[in-house]
Amino acid sequence: MKLKLKIWRQENTAAAGGFVAYEVDDVQPELTILEALDKLNDELVEQGDSPVAFDSDCREGICGSCGITVDGRPHGPEANTPSCHQRLKSFADGQQVTLEPFRSAAYPVVRDLAVDRSALDRVVESGGFVSIDAGTAPDADSHEVSHQAAEVALDMAACIGCGACVAACPNGSANLYVGAKLLHLSVLPTTKYERGRRARDMVETMEEEFGPCSLYGECVEVCPAGIPLTAIAGVNREKLRAVLRGRDRDD
Amino acid sequence: MRPEFEAEVLASLRSTAGPTLDGKAPTEVAPELAWADRKLHYKLVSPLNRRKFKIIVVGTGLAGGGAAAALGELGYEVHSFTFHDAPRRAHSVAAQGGINAARGRKVDNDSLARFVKDTVKGGDYRARESDVWRLAEESVRVIDHMEAIGAPFAREYGGQLATRSFGGVQVSRTYYTRGQTGQQLQVASSQALLRQVKAGTVHLHTRSEMLDLIVIDGRAQGIVTRDLVTGKIEAHTAHAVVLTTGGYGNVYFRSTLAKNSNVTAAFRAHRRGALFASPSFIQFHPTALPIGNEWQSKTILMSESLRNDGRIWVPVAPADPRPANDIPEDERDYYLERRYPAFGNLTPRDVASRAARDEIESGHGVGPLKNSVYLDFRDAIARLGKPVIVERYGNLFEMYEHATGENPLEVPMRIAPGAHFAMGGLWSDYDAMSNIPGLFVGGEAGWAYHGANRLGANSLLSACVDGWFTLPYSIPNYLAGLLGTPALERDDPRVHAFAEEARTGVQALVDIGGTQGPDRFHRRLGDILYSHCGVSRSGEGLAEGIRLIQELRREFYADLRVQGSSGSFNQELERAGRIADYLDMAELMCLDALDRDESCGAHFRVEHQLADGEAARDDAHWAFVSAWERDGSRYVRHDEPLAFESVRPETRNYR
Ligand SMILES: Cc1cc2nc3c(=O)[nH]c(=O)nc-3n(C[C@H](O)[C@H](O)[C@H](O)COP(=O)(O)OP(=O)(O)OC[C@H]3O[C@@H](n4cnc5c(N)ncnc54)[C@H](O)[C@@H]3O)c2cc1C
Ligand code: SF4
Ligand code: FES
Repeated sequence: MKLKLKIWRQENTAAAGGFVAYEVDDVQPELTILEALDKLNDELVEQGDSPVAFDSDCREGICGSCGITVDGRPHGPEANTPSCHQRLKSFADGQQVTLEPFRSAAYPVVRDLAVDRSALDRVVESGGFVSIDAGTAPDADSHEVSHQAAEVALDMAACIGCGACVAACPNGSANLYVGAKLLHLSVLPTTKYERGRRARDMVETMEEEFGPCSLYGECVEVCPAGIPLTAIAGVNREKLRAVLRGRDRDD
Repeated sequence: MRPEFEAEVLASLRSTAGPTLDGKAPTEVAPELAWADRKLHYKLVSPLNRRKFKIIVVGTGLAGGGAAAALGELGYEVHSFTFHDAPRRAHSVAAQGGINAARGRKVDNDSLARFVKDTVKGGDYRARESDVWRLAEESVRVIDHMEAIGAPFAREYGGQLATRSFGGVQVSRTYYTRGQTGQQLQVASSQALLRQVKAGTVHLHTRSEMLDLIVIDGRAQGIVTRDLVTGKIEAHTAHAVVLTTGGYGNVYFRSTLAKNSNVTAAFRAHRRGALFASPSFIQFHPTALPIGNEWQSKTILMSESLRNDGRIWVPVAPADPRPANDIPEDERDYYLERRYPAFGNLTPRDVASRAARDEIESGHGVGPLKNSVYLDFRDAIARLGKPVIVERYGNLFEMYEHATGENPLEVPMRIAPGAHFAMGGLWSDYDAMSNIPGLFVGGEAGWAYHGANRLGANSLLSACVDGWFTLPYSIPNYLAGLLGTPALERDDPRVHAFAEEARTGVQALVDIGGTQGPDRFHRRLGDILYSHCGVSRSGEGLAEGIRLIQELRREFYADLRVQGSSGSFNQELERAGRIADYLDMAELMCLDALDRDESCGAHFRVEHQLADGEAARDDAHWAFVSAWERDGSRYVRHDEPLAFESVRPETRNYR
């Protein structure tokens, strides 16, 4: 099949960007949209033009590196699927498809379709961890975690850190991402005393870096990890819990 | 006697004159006591002195993230580098199956000794026994640690940790978190790393690629990096350098690895004098997705469990043009069941991969590119009904259909061996230090533990153990001897010279100004390796492979085109540098495979098989690790003899 591509080109963060039209021919419907870009790039290089920059790595839907906006939708037309698994069979032969970077005030464009998502890590850095040094952990069989609790933690820990939720949100909110992290960590038996401080610190950083949540719910439609909307409620729950406990930064 | 052509190729590249290597494991005690003994003799650095030492850790996967976090916790000044935009994206995140630990909690008769036996035997007796003992011993607390920092391991209904069994062992010692074990370990370890970043002990440098190792006065004293966003090339100095930069399976272009995994860091260290051990030991996974068309970028792993119900076959007639379902029963060759009546479709990875390759090579391959074999569920569906099969493998079937457009309930799946795991890597001694003082190695970048064939779920373990529990003991022992010696100044002229050389190297690639982009060379290199240094190897094929690689390399340096400049975000330039290293790496892999005139584990030389087609290992001549030194464009082999005290060598047999 063949696709007409309209692709966002931008030299770097400071430069102005704009769309450029391309075509790729002779691509199979089973190819991913990223593989179609590989083919386009091969042709661009052959012609002496500059290839389109985009991030990807595992191409198996797990590392969270990939992330482009396809026809206005983060990751692409197929719901809950990362860019590296979006296949051309979603498009009609000869269709025009628009490719842009993830759009969000929190994500400066690095080049073309590649963006800087380090704000996501700054939230984790502010408190999204367990304070245990190597060699000091208790025997993992000495505390029990119910099967059910482990499963809940896993549902939340499935987040691949792609940042699509933020890009999908009209407000640029990171509540789904932060809620998933808070709920995952809240289940762990080894970190209960820093739970309140963590919630305050992470929410504070989140509010500095990202927009507020108005419960639009667009985030859950694009999330490749299937993080549920309850994660958003988790942000308020954990924050409220910290306030109600009343202790400043430690509980 | 070797045929003349092979002997000539060997003579043109190789010398066996290197002195015998000493693995430096304690010899006065039994291997199971070696680690306790060594730890006791390690020198320490007092807490007050630790911050005077700078340590560079390259890589933020399970090995690097753990090492950087643990050394930061101890109080050292750590600089952590990754080419990813975030530490969590390291390739470790993609592992699914699980992580082994010899905790021996159940009454299935597991023990440290059994773990060691399984691992050493699985690796076909080409690993260092004392290292495997250390891995077993530290595995016991690795699970506790990873759980404590946030990996939600699967739990039984009663609340205890759950385990499952994995290939090559008969006990249940694999801990897991659904099919996302790597992801959960990696996320937990990245968070532990970010905790140290916040504490100010670890300085994290993302989107920074290591381009060279700084060796001055015979010690590793720093690295040269390129900022992948700005293109700026800089030198960083330290008292010690740790390489935890992952495996090089991507040299085959299409592999199960993440697209950006590469050999550059390890290979540049090799150019500076670090020995490269067992470069030809590569594990091929038998149930990878076949290449469906030219533009497919990798081969996704399909779970080995499919072989429980699927039957593997090819048409009896070579190049049979009929669709699978039109081929009658008596014109199908269930070759695994025919050749291995006892294990049948469940033969181990290396055996199944080899048999598939034989069929494909002899013209029996199926699919549009004739490069795969069938994995057929027809009989299982007839026997058990569709619902049972869908319940057992539904998600895998969906994944397959998604990727290929074919429904495995209606037509057989197509599978093929895919390059997967690098058992070889930079040589290190028992203290995880390379032959260059101050250069340490961990995880898949190194050669330790797995011998010629890795058991499933042992690699996440080795990366975690190295990072959290081996390097944090052995590095201080080295640093203690440097107390009072400051790290080199970054503007020392000798340091500048290294950065300048890297800059010149990068610019030289841009200046070639040819017509072909780097990926084209990579694809061709991958094809050469799959056919000449793949699942099975022959002396003749390897010698020819070396010739083809040398030709391709000449073409690369004459006709490479790197679009864009060296002073900006330039993914073509990143690839060009990595492929330059892959070309040399590929040559070394073929050389090692040609030189090692025996079969062992994943290294199968067709000249060396038993009457029944099994690998003929030759302990009388090859019971050593080959570690290669680079001398200009030639290689010198150093041998580290291997002796086994606790596990007596025997032949692997799966009939
Ligand atoms: C599909 C798949 C499934 C697997 N499943 C399992 C399993 O179930 N169980 C198991 O035990 N093993 C499994 N493995 C193997 C295992 O995942 C890896 O061997 C292991 O994770 C390697 O960890 P590492 O820390 O050594 O390296 P990696 O996780 O690969 O990390 C490498 C790091 O080095 C950095 N880096 C590399 N080069 C440079 C450079 N030049 N400059 C700067 N940074 C650099 C990267 O950015 C990255 O941070 C699997 C492998 C694959 C491919
Ligand atoms: S919550 Fe979902 S969309 Fe958001 S970063 Fe995580 S995986 Fe991506
Ligand atoms: S490339 Fe890793 S999730 Fe898409």
